[in-house]
Amino acid sequence: MKKAFGRFYLVLIFAFLYAPVLTLIVFSFNDSRSRGNWGGFTLKWYSALFRDRHVLSSLYYTLTIALLSALIATVAGTAAAIGIHNMKKILKSFVMNLTYLPVISPDIVTGISLMILFVFVRLNLGFTTLLLAHITFNIPYVILSVLPKLKQLNKHMYEAALDLGAKPLYAFFRVILPEIMPGVVTGFLLAFTLSLDDFIISFFTTGSGVSTLSITIYSMARLGINPKINALSTLMFIVVLALLLIVNKRSSANSKNGTAVMNI
Amino acid sequence: MKKGWISYPYILWMIIFTIVPLLLVMYYGFTKTENGTTVLTPDNFIRVMEPTYLKVLWRSVLLALVSTVVCFIIGYPVAMILAGRDISRKSTLVLLFVIPMWMNFLLRTYAWMTLLDRKGLINTLLGALGLPQLNLLYTDFAVILGMVYNFLPFMVLPIYSVLRKIDRSLIEAAEDLGSDTVTVFRKVIFPLSLPGVVSGITMVFMPAVTTFIISKLLGGSQYMLIGNLIEDQFMRVYDWNFGSAVSIIMMLLILLSMGVMARYDKEGTGGGLF
Repeated sequence: MKKAFGRFYLVLIFAFLYAPVLTLIVFSFNDSRSRGNWGGFTLKWYSALFRDRHVLSSLYYTLTIALLSALIATVAGTAAAIGIHNMKKILKSFVMNLTYLPVISPDIVTGISLMILFVFVRLNLGFTTLLLAHITFNIPYVILSVLPKLKQLNKHMYEAALDLGAKPLYAFFRVILPEIMPGVVTGFLLAFTLSLDDFIISFFTTGSGVSTLSITIYSMARLGINPKINALSTLMFIVVLALLLIVNKRSSANSKNGTAVMNI
Repeated sequence: MKKGWISYPYILWMIIFTIVPLLLVMYYGFTKTENGTTVLTPDNFIRVMEPTYLKVLWRSVLLALVSTVVCFIIGYPVAMILAGRDISRKSTLVLLFVIPMWMNFLLRTYAWMTLLDRKGLINTLLGALGLPQLNLLYTDFAVILGMVYNFLPFMVLPIYSVLRKIDRSLIEAAEDLGSDTVTVFRKVIFPLSLPGVVSGITMVFMPAVTTFIISKLLGGSQYMLIGNLIEDQFMRVYDWNFGSAVSIIMMLLILLSMGVMARYDKEGTGGGLF
């Protein structure tokens, strides 16, 4: 009895969670512009999407920003994690607090404060500022992915490599990096996904002419309902789903900390 | 590997891009520029205390609180069922629970626009059943629904991860000593799950009180929450001083609520989600 009730409740909750997403996907194939009636199957919203210049240019900016910011954040974050790992306790706790600051502070505050900074130093809002903002909010996630791997590392391995005559840089690339690589890759994928998904910070730190997919969706959605958005959401959902399934599989395979990715 | 300096560029970066901007927000919040001269003044904060803006603050807090409570009422049983021993394939179910969260936040909110719209699916279904149509979109109800939909997993997951770790023998001991199901829940399970509840409440309340997307898309363009007020000041009115003051007040509000919640979570277990 209790079990049956539990199942029923779960089904209800899953219906609540999935109904909007599924409706969105189903109606992306709807021939009628209406949101209530089914007018037959069509792919015209998808083809309209790929002919929309504005959408294509935002797709280009979204991917470029995500790739560049994730790459830069991964290199910088990995270096930072190694430094933090070897720090004295007091400095370490200061730097870790600094790292958590953008993670816990509300996105809108991060957004407006960065916008104020960029305008204050007379940087034109646009591609550069967007990239700087994305790198800033991505680095902490890379650090938080790499640090656990560094903690697992046997610290004598590096010394052994040096004793055997390896130069520090050589030892790093041949000994340390392969060991922490799973954390680095997870950090990169996480950064890439977060960057793809971000709206609020991008909204405040970009200027005219440079718009990401999220921003385009927001301006389209504000004008009302548009079946092109349905088509776009279906595609984005599939991409993000694939990416996060990979990240999730990695982190649960690498450590018990499989829930780490679920917190986004 | 004893090279702390390798992270100095990062520290510099974070100081420039997180600490300096926050200091600039402070600077703008406490100053005012008139006739080209900038003066230190509490005026921006005094202006927040005007009835119009106090109403916005009050409404934001109220809506966030209502959404948090609704998330808790709906979410706690979900966490219990997921963590319960009745359920097989737990990790698959948890994954299924999380997947909708991976859709872009804007799109999830937009999805509700299409459902709640006057000509949307819900009203079409109601019409087909011969029932009267409802005005659902652009109401408080729609905004709360949007918040609950978007933030429910933030309530469920921390509670779930705490419940899962509860030592079964404690529950069995209580049962052996003669407690019925309700007492076991009240005296054993619920108190032990409090750290998860605390972090769940924080994780729902914080994004709910700062949002401006949900309120704009589901509440309509005239709908004002703190987030919308801040967005307006920075993107339309260009009164950065006032916008910064509102942001500072919002952050104080969040720090205050985190402080209150931290008192209930002395062990700092926090569900292990952060």
